[in-house]
Amino acid sequence: MAKAAEPADGQAGDGRAGPGREGLVDLYRQMVLVRMFEESCQRSFRKGAIGGYLHLYTGQEAVAAGFLAHVREGDKVITGYRDHAHALLLRCDPREVMAELYGRRDGLSKGKGGSMHLFAIDRGLWGGYGIVGGHIPLGVGFAYALRYQGTDHICQLYLGDGALQTGAFHEAANLAGLWGRDGNCPVVFVVENNQYAMGTSVERSTAMTDLAAKFDAYGIEREKVDGMDLEAVLECAARVTQQVRESGKPYAVEAVTYRLAPHGAADFEKYRTKEEVAQWRERDPIDTLERKLLEAEALEADMIDEIKSGVRDEVEKAIEFAAASEQPAEEELYTDVLAGGDEYMGHQ
Amino acid sequence: MPEIKTYREALREAIIHELDRDESVVLIGEDIGVYGGTQLITVDLLEQYGAKRVIDTPICEGGFTGAAIGMAMMGMRPIVEMMTMNFSFLAVDQIIQNAAKVRYFSGGQVKVPLVIRGPNGGGVQLSAQHTHSLESFYGHFPGLKVVAPASPNDAKGMMLTAVRDDNCVIFLEAGALYGTKGEVDEDNPIPFGKARIARDGGDITLISYGRQVALCLQAADTLAADGIDAEVIDLRSLRPLDEDAIVKSVEKTHRAVAVQEQWRWFGVASEVAAIIQDRAFDCLDAPVERVSGAEVPAPYARNLELAAFPDEQQVIEAARRVLYREEK
Repeated sequence: MAKAAEPADGQAGDGRAGPGREGLVDLYRQMVLVRMFEESCQRSFRKGAIGGYLHLYTGQEAVAAGFLAHVREGDKVITGYRDHAHALLLRCDPREVMAELYGRRDGLSKGKGGSMHLFAIDRGLWGGYGIVGGHIPLGVGFAYALRYQGTDHICQLYLGDGALQTGAFHEAANLAGLWGRDGNCPVVFVVENNQYAMGTSVERSTAMTDLAAKFDAYGIEREKVDGMDLEAVLECAARVTQQVRESGKPYAVEAVTYRLAPHGAADFEKYRTKEEVAQWRERDPIDTLERKLLEAEALEADMIDEIKSGVRDEVEKAIEFAAASEQPAEEELYTDVLAGGDEYMGHQ
Repeated sequence: MPEIKTYREALREAIIHELDRDESVVLIGEDIGVYGGTQLITVDLLEQYGAKRVIDTPICEGGFTGAAIGMAMMGMRPIVEMMTMNFSFLAVDQIIQNAAKVRYFSGGQVKVPLVIRGPNGGGVQLSAQHTHSLESFYGHFPGLKVVAPASPNDAKGMMLTAVRDDNCVIFLEAGALYGTKGEVDEDNPIPFGKARIARDGGDITLISYGRQVALCLQAADTLAADGIDAEVIDLRSLRPLDEDAIVKSVEKTHRAVAVQEQWRWFGVASEVAAIIQDRAFDCLDAPVERVSGAEVPAPYARNLELAAFPDEQQVIEAARRVLYREEK
């Protein structure tokens, strides 16, 4: 699994070295893939081809791209419902990710989870979860188990700024700090602070707006990173994942980022101004990386066109695949309810 | 050879048996280690198995239950102690939204081998917030198994089965029965979904589980003195529910009373009555009666508490009505 998730020149996980030029170009391509995938989802959602809720990662790409580049085989990744990017960046087949959103049998979760519940445990993705904050205790439990079982794997636990106000977060962070004191809880909390819990800004959510500092209450080391700058995230992720792997202690990173897309469906964005969005758009993580790579001559304009048209093709193929994939068989309704025997309990 | 043990000792034995058998089994909960467990079921286990396997937690049911679910997804087999099942309300989001469903919404990629155990029901004057019978609440959700053993032997045998099950099992212990004694087998896992005929009879079927089984047996003895031969079914497991045992008995007796400690509305007894009318309608000689708790929060005062739960007289009266006998 992790092999595919490593940057091209294979330095992920060794802790210190950056991904190198080729690695950065590869991650640039991955971020473009996430962006175009999400834009395509939005179109499919508006056409009615995707049902339920849809939450896009647009603007936040550098956060997951930077951290997931440092996933090693055996590590576990868990996140909330804004999870398409995590699946794609763990190198799940975009066609299978899209098929899940379309509710088809070739989807990552056989069409039974949808946008909010992408799972690919063979690639380290232990789920997207739909209840804000509800997955945080699970990730802490993953970390405890990984040490209990004598491995040096870690858990990367993604959570939003909104989740930091839930009871589940505070209970789980307290346990992580406690268990981590004895080196029994190797979890990296990656706070994707995109400034808004749906439409409620951080300022309107908490009187103590320094989100990273909330971890102080639980004895968990923490720092902030510019989540719009891939290289900054990569540097932080390399250092932090290695430290957590070695120490078995939790660590928290608040990645300051911005959701450029609306929250989901039916979001008229009354809670923020166009000017604010425009200001953040100037710091678009993909544009920033593109500029840097051009300046460093790691990329040329025609390579960018090539990458973008390649990604566009890939996303179109994902849509075609998803649209052509069959719906789950009717019998699937009653499977996967219980392990070790899926018979429906009770007569109908 | 079976030995006489208390319900509490039987549970403790089963837990020790599983801790010895499988290193992936751990215990987690409040005051289960240093304190020894408020129900004395985990007493001395910290000393024997160490702090990594007997995990004392702060007071945070949602946090530690969620963490246990995460451990289970990783292949461990945690046994979560709820100091009382009433506190599980604080963990309901974890239990329902994660443990019960994650297998389904992941398309079968994960499993959650987890036991959530603790005392359920009332009878010991704990009043409103510490008295609930949660079987129909948890029994409502696909993805969970819910069991409620009534005897020491079932407590042990069903705990062995629960720990070995690959799903989340809500293990409802009858708190009022911890001190009751009975014969307990050595290592005899009791399968879920199989009811027990606690008393053979041909005139009427009394269907119950947990603490109310003893009540039904008492009532059956009293009815016997009056020439009425009651069969008593101990359901043992609510989800899965042994429908066949209920139907088979009613086909024999043609009459049934379902007895539960919990509130009547949306309860297990209603489900039992529905199953009987669905599958044994033609056999019935009378409508199925339900005997349930009073529709009030549990009171503290002993006399009010006694009045809030089913008693022998209510069961007898219901049975006589179903048999069209005059009230005594």
